Amino acid sequence: MKKIAILGAMTAAGLSAGVASAATLDDVKARGKLNCGVTTGLVGFAAPNANGEWEGFDVGVCRAVAAAVLGDPTAVEFVPTTGKTRFTALASGEIDLLARNTTWTFSRDVDLGFEFVGINYYDGQGFMVPKELGVSSAKELDGATVCIQTGTTTELNLADYFRKNNISYEPVPIETNAEAQPLYLEGACDVYTTDASGLAATRAAFENPGDHVVLPEIISKEPLGPLVRHGDNQWGDINRWVLNALIAAEELGVTSANVEELASAAGENPEVNRLLGTEGTLGEMLGLDADWAVRAIAAGGNYGELFEKNIGENTPIGLARGLNAQWTEGGLLYSPPFR
Amino acid sequence: MSTITDPPAGSFRLSMLINDTRYRSYTFQFIALVLLIVAFAYLGLNLIANLQAAGLNISYQFLGEPAGYDINQTLIPYTSQSTHWQASLVGVLNTLLVALLGCLMATVIGVFVGVMRLSNNWLVRQLMSIYVEIFRNVPVLIWILIIMAIFIAVLPQPRDFRGEDAEASMVLGAFAFTGRGFYSPAPIFGPGSGVVVAVFLASIAGIFAFRNYAKKALYDRGQLIPTLWPSIAIFFIPVILAYFVMGRPITLDYPSLQGFNFQGGIFMRNSLIALWFALSIYTAAFIAENVRAGILAVSKGQTEAAASLGLRPRRIMNLVVLPQALRVIIPPLISQYLNLTKNSSLAIAVGYMDLTGTLGGITLNQTGRAIEAIFLLMLFYLAISLAISAIMNVYNNAVRLKER
Repeated sequence: MKKIAILGAMTAAGLSAGVASAATLDDVKARGKLNCGVTTGLVGFAAPNANGEWEGFDVGVCRAVAAAVLGDPTAVEFVPTTGKTRFTALASGEIDLLARNTTWTFSRDVDLGFEFVGINYYDGQGFMVPKELGVSSAKELDGATVCIQTGTTTELNLADYFRKNNISYEPVPIETNAEAQPLYLEGACDVYTTDASGLAATRAAFENPGDHVVLPEIISKEPLGPLVRHGDNQWGDINRWVLNALIAAEELGVTSANVEELASAAGENPEVNRLLGTEGTLGEMLGLDADWAVRAIAAGGNYGELFEKNIGENTPIGLARGLNAQWTEGGLLYSPPFR
Repeated sequence: MSTITDPPAGSFRLSMLINDTRYRSYTFQFIALVLLIVAFAYLGLNLIANLQAAGLNISYQFLGEPAGYDINQTLIPYTSQSTHWQASLVGVLNTLLVALLGCLMATVIGVFVGVMRLSNNWLVRQLMSIYVEIFRNVPVLIWILIIMAIFIAVLPQPRDFRGEDAEASMVLGAFAFTGRGFYSPAPIFGPGSGVVVAVFLASIAGIFAFRNYAKKALYDRGQLIPTLWPSIAIFFIPVILAYFVMGRPITLDYPSLQGFNFQGGIFMRNSLIALWFALSIYTAAFIAENVRAGILAVSKGQTEAAASLGLRPRRIMNLVVLPQALRVIIPPLISQYLNLTKNSSLAIAVGYMDLTGTLGGITLNQTGRAIEAIFLLMLFYLAISLAISAIMNVYNNAVRLKER
């Protein structure tokens, strides 16, 4: 029995590690599809719509990469992952890119062997409580029952926060966001905690969103971003610069509406020209063609368009840009120059 | 084979390894063994090479590092600053707790249903078959989720107990049944309570001694001594006397609503109860069939013979049929206990922090040491299962047919 157990473990590990070869770009091109890991369903970030098509903010990143690499924003195989399965899926080569509001931390970057290619959402952990409890601060939560998604950084932040403030709580571990909702709504837990963006998205899906409040305390830094495996720098570069291209495009005023026009001939702004491939050989350096960024931007728009369409103030989720505004507008988004 | 004598020395030829039936099986077994070793070596080397290529190594150092997460139900001291190893032990104990409770309840329900399925009453028989068929044929995960969902939806939450005209109230002022779990008073052992506990244990021993004496009197002298009422008296009277003599040292800590939750008393979480119930009723359906099979395996002549001796139906069941049926029931019962224990790894579905939830869940996630954690997880389950097998086999040896 013991032998069988070892066999199972080794087969799993052997198979998985075997797939993780170096040239992800070639694999993706040969396959003709990008395997992109997303959440199992978080409205606004990644969830299938009524027609079964995935859409959302994280999905936008997947589509932009697929458009840049394969020329087709729909050539994406979305692989739903839970907080628990996401890293295994990426490490084993099941997915090429993980765009699943994943927090960039030291140990994930260094110890788990992943490479975060940037930050597409600056987030922080918050608390949501029913209004009727009359709670106005997280410090009043002594003795509360807290629903929490297991396998996430929020679990550790929560333990740290309550220990630091010397208040007690009762954790109720939940596997997915969807499972947490009924527990919270039925009152099996007093509080639901996750990233503030996730709370907003969850609350938007409630019947009466107004009955619930998100507490003002943000207890952690949660820089969320897409990530790839360590060891394939070219693939990492492609993903990093696709994300940067979306951010830079907003800064430079390139949108999905005018990108074709701007890319048709070299214009006055040299940085726009380099970004869109009408000047220089940036695409070639990445191992792609000159139009890579044009396709990425045309796929779903620049960063600002993706934000407004999926999670912005005019959507049910209603998130303000806040930290996620361009650096020129008081936010933290700052793409390195295209040069 | 046994009639063939050893070949004369020196007549062994290499070809006999294949052609001679005496050696052939050894040859094939040896080849199979070599192939097995080669296969394992290949997989092992492959694993090591691939891990190295990915820049990873097998290391159990994470077990000594602080876990950093909290667990709601801990049977041993644990804080978020305890090590991952301590968290794993918490998980093991939680697994053992639900397995033990589940096995006990599954056995009780299973034996009851199994016996009732053979009842002469048509309605009882049909009801029990319906129970068995429904619970046996729906996956246990579904049962766990259904029971948890009903639990949360039907029972009032602590907030319903609040206010002047609360929707819900405590039963007898001592028990609170909420969607988050059951709260009941907890005993507080004051000074002098040791005497009461000692008297209690002594009276239990006394009951067994008395029953042995009664049995002996029956077998040796044919004297029938009533046991029920004296047993009850031995159970209650000394303890109650000791309790008042020592000045009521044991008091009760009643749960009361403070803040968000009830505080004080004993708290049984909804996750534990849902998991316990689901595993019990699911496994009980299988045990019921084992029990029925065991009873049917005892020849009808035994029952008729016992009846002709003038034994009443209940005594026939207890004295003649069940002791023989147990021999058939125990071996499959062991595998049902093992199944229940392993099925308890579905606990995470309701947020019960068992071994799979701590070591195989949060620890695995936070450290990213998947291979190490899963391997350790398998060893833990293997050890638990083998221990259950060992204990049950001792019992099996005690009740099995002893041939002389």
